Amino acid sequence: MKLLLLAASLSLVTSAAFACETVTAGDLTIEHAWSKVTIGADRPGVFYVSISNAGAADDALVGISTPAAGMPMLHETVVKDGIASMPHAMSIPVPAGQSVQLAPGGFHGMLMGLTAALKEGDSFPVTLSFERAGAVTVNVEVLSLRSEGPDCADAGQ
Amino acid sequence: MRLSRLQIVLWVAAVAAMILFAGARWATQGEGVAETGPAFTPVFTLSDDEDRLRTSTEFRGKFLLVFFGFTNCPDVCPTTLSEVAQVMDDLGADSEKVQPLFISIDPERDRRLGLAAYTAAFHPAILGLAGTEAETQAAADSFKIYYERENDATSPDGYTMAHMPGLFLIGPNGEWLRQFPYGTPAADILSDLQNRF
Repeated sequence: MKLLLLAASLSLVTSAAFACETVTAGDLTIEHAWSKVTIGADRPGVFYVSISNAGAADDALVGISTPAAGMPMLHETVVKDGIASMPHAMSIPVPAGQSVQLAPGGFHGMLMGLTAALKEGDSFPVTLSFERAGAVTVNVEVLSLRSEGPDCADAGQ
Repeated sequence: MRLSRLQIVLWVAAVAAMILFAGARWATQGEGVAETGPAFTPVFTLSDDEDRLRTSTEFRGKFLLVFFGFTNCPDVCPTTLSEVAQVMDDLGADSEKVQPLFISIDPERDRRLGLAAYTAAFHPAILGLAGTEAETQAAADSFKIYYERENDATSPDGYTMAHMPGLFLIGPNGEWLRQFPYGTPAADILSDLQNRF
């Protein structure tokens, strides 16, 4: 069991290489771009990322595109009165001086019309469109189904 | 009546203990109401991926971890099923005392996409069930859970499902025990189960 845990944590560290890349565009820093394994290509994939805005002006993420999916969309998981729903998010605010997470249980990219199933260790580019900063492309790492996000502690984030 | 200093101290201690005890009981009762509610026995009759009818009574003797979801759900459902998978791994030999169930609230589409392949990707112990619309509604009503199909042009096939994302624990006699709210860490679910064996 211990060995298994060790192996699991090692594989997490090694596979998190892409997900720990940091991309900057103007005042924006974009990092921890990751996705999860999908079971086949007929179900949507997911896209998570963290964006911070060091500038004095508000920005907003207004869309995503990727060669990996025909219809990528921004969605938000909302749990209200005990009911979870996933409305389409027209735009995700990235206020000045703040950071926003696309993370499990909240904002996320929904990758519909996958061109192929996403497999652990794969990576694919996603282009984020910002209201002010324009288009920024990041590499997205596909992590295991059970992953809760990349472990970038060793990557000097 | 004159009380010695010792008696006063003892009385104060006794009253304080009573208040603490009552407070603690009240606090756990409040928690209990939120998580368990009145006792009831949910029932279901639903098909598995091989079209065999599975009923709530065949699982008597085991704890059931029941999740209502749909396989086109990219965020909430995989998160919860991953936690269930982790719990099953961590249970070790005790895992045979627990049967995790994934009940589809989008049965027609999930059946078409393949339910068993989906649940097995998380953990081979998870049994996926997808009944008819009527059977699914009956199961949800019995568990007192709500779900609804929502038309949404930005979702696959033009619709998505709103649903209660909790994980429900059913006892060996079929009785409702509690719900684990969405986002409950696997370790908390594990220790709750281990305390019941």
